[in-house]
Amino acid sequence: MSIFGAHYNLERHSIGLAVAVVAVASIGGLFEIAPLFTIDETVESAPNMRVYTPLELAGRNIYIREGCYACHSQMIRTLRDDVERYGHYSLAVESQYDHPMLWGSKRTGPDLARVGGKYSDQWHVAHLDNPRHVVPKSIMPSYTWLLRNEQKTDDLGDQLRALQRLGVPYTDDMIAHAAEDASAQANPNSEDVSGVSDRYGKDTNIRAFDNDPHKLTEMDALVAYLQILGKLTDAAEKDPNSAGAGHD
Amino acid sequence: MVSTLTKNERHFAFIISVAVAICGLVMAAAGRNDLLGTHGFVVFFFALGVTFILARGYYDPEPGAERFAAYYDEPIKVGVILAMSWAVFAMFVGDWVAWLLAYPTLTFDEPWASFGRLRPIHTTGIIFGFGGNALIATSFHVMQRTSRARMPDQLSPWFVLIGYNLFCVLAVTGYPLGITQSKEYAEPEWYADIWLVIVWVTYLALYLRTLARRQEPHIYVANWYFLAFILVVAVLHIVNNLALPISLSSAKSFPIFSGVQDAMTQWWYGHNAVAFFLTAGFLGMMYYYLPTRAQRPIFSYRLSIISFWGITFLYMWAGSHHLHYTALPQWVQTLGMSFSLMLLVPSWASAGNALLTLNGAWHRVRDDATLRFMMVAAVFYGVSTFEGSFLAIRPVNSLSHYTDWTIGHVHAGALGWVALITFGAIYSLVPILWKRERIYSPALVEVHFWLALAGTLIYVFAMWNSGIVQGLMWRTYTASGTLAYSFMDSVVAMHPYYIARAIGGLLFFVGTVVGFYNIWMTIRTPINVARELATDRPVTEHAGAPAAEPAE
Repeated sequence: MSIFGAHYNLERHSIGLAVAVVAVASIGGLFEIAPLFTIDETVESAPNMRVYTPLELAGRNIYIREGCYACHSQMIRTLRDDVERYGHYSLAVESQYDHPMLWGSKRTGPDLARVGGKYSDQWHVAHLDNPRHVVPKSIMPSYTWLLRNEQKTDDLGDQLRALQRLGVPYTDDMIAHAAEDASAQANPNSEDVSGVSDRYGKDTNIRAFDNDPHKLTEMDALVAYLQILGKLTDAAEKDPNSAGAGHD
Repeated sequence: MVSTLTKNERHFAFIISVAVAICGLVMAAAGRNDLLGTHGFVVFFFALGVTFILARGYYDPEPGAERFAAYYDEPIKVGVILAMSWAVFAMFVGDWVAWLLAYPTLTFDEPWASFGRLRPIHTTGIIFGFGGNALIATSFHVMQRTSRARMPDQLSPWFVLIGYNLFCVLAVTGYPLGITQSKEYAEPEWYADIWLVIVWVTYLALYLRTLARRQEPHIYVANWYFLAFILVVAVLHIVNNLALPISLSSAKSFPIFSGVQDAMTQWWYGHNAVAFFLTAGFLGMMYYYLPTRAQRPIFSYRLSIISFWGITFLYMWAGSHHLHYTALPQWVQTLGMSFSLMLLVPSWASAGNALLTLNGAWHRVRDDATLRFMMVAAVFYGVSTFEGSFLAIRPVNSLSHYTDWTIGHVHAGALGWVALITFGAIYSLVPILWKRERIYSPALVEVHFWLALAGTLIYVFAMWNSGIVQGLMWRTYTASGTLAYSFMDSVVAMHPYYIARAIGGLLFFVGTVVGFYNIWMTIRTPINVARELATDRPVTEHAGAPAAEPAE
């Protein structure tokens, strides 16, 4: 058999074998991944989609740091029970600014793609501090340090700058004011508040998320992030396919 | 250790260690306001430790030319010990987090000890710490034996082994501190990723250089798999970890891809880490240690060729089955499902090839627990690849995805296949490396075998049950057409299965501790000179080496 004869020769040449392995293994990725960057239909268009504020971005970093993605997905599938439990199925555009995406792979806890606005700030603070205070049978860990830890803001400008370079539409104005916008978003009495709504839109949540306007804590950041999940764009609400899709 | 290096190599090793220590100090200084600084100190003290070991042996007498008459096994010995140490550590953490899911308060009120930070320590410690060290150690052994050639130098295997473990240390010390990219099985940050690329390129060069010195015209099957493991993992690692650090003084970076493209890249990586790290590498192990232990030739050379190229080609298409019914375009999901189904052919060809190799040696499987480890591993390989193809079917996946069924599937592969084949290989390898007549206690190998098998079965059955119950509860409707169960109902229903899973994991962990003890005691028994096989030598023109007999 000639194909085995050819292999009989190939396996005598280490470099030839190595080149053949890389060539054969590359085909799948080239066919499946490369087109995703060029085909327009891959990601829907949502011109009015807003970006994460610096405080929400800081909260997202805490979500990553604590490994929340290991137990919570942010991807509602196109299945009836998924949609009826969590809301409209997730659209690609809703995570188009997510570096990295946090779709997750496991639901030890429920999906969070549309958790924004579903519970009050107070509920989130109590739940994160000790989940069993509000959900007696919960197996989620307590994150007691979030209320204690002050939120660091000095590198938020660098973070926005890096994301801008990767294509997220942060303006130079947003980058220049990143640290003060983060503090102002959790302190409604601050004089910088108008800057936050000017830069990120008048619907931006501006309040003392952890109920203490004087101290910017990691709890402020994480709750600000959780409250915006599913709210960056109304593309899902306007989706023509959404007729019949349930809510919560 | 150091005495086996030439003066020149000691010199280079010293320069490299000092350079790495300086890099650590630079990181510590630049990142003094950031977690990067902490990691700078980790790098510094790690390199300082290596420098100290080097300095202690720096003036030892040099090895003579007689070294060319034997294979270079020193780094393999250290690799085996490191693999077993990582196994004990990471399985302990794994069982701890398993108990946390049943009893969430069994921890300290400390950030480092919360589930989300401990879990990646378990996964990284097992996949990269245990699995990676076992692969490096066995690949060094197999590439020399099947090429009948000694490694080209003594420094690069140490650089690969120690450098790789520095990567693992940076990974598992990062998570409790809060350093992670969040990409599953690719959590370490940008500087650790860059370091791994340097180590990996050295590994590839070492492999190719050893193959270039081979005294056999053909490259043996096991080496094809090890080569594919090294090459493809390099491609996957580089593409999936492309990221932009927010500054050179910060540990934080953002991946360059976002959203749906990031998801596809991540699961192209994630699934092929399973394919080329946890499958191809360990198939390389199987293709050497199973036939040599059974004293039977591989059943079919042609089946080896078909399954090797089948796995290399088909696996790379299958990653998108992790994203069924998501915002990923459906044509990619369909391709992923189709190729996952086709993948069953080369997978079962490999498993069948292994089991048929045992024909004529089944009495050895009965009597020798070491060989039985490898036999059962091949069975679990067949079972979990079947399950994998099955779970990739879209409607099946709609039930299983996001549930514990996936966790059960992963552990059927990780415990049943990866860990068992590794234990079989290590039990075969230890008496050869340390020139002992046999393992210290064959009875303890039996104990380990049954603990590992019982632990795996309890674990997998618990997760099959919990996963299917969970999946069904989420989609059950009442007669009036509303969802029958709240999410919390499904959490409460998991409790007994989580306890069962933690018990299964505990048995497996205890087995590993028994195995480590047995290996340790083997090393402490006196050397048996007769064990030095006349054939276990490289073919060489240097003085003093007898011409070797053809290998088995």
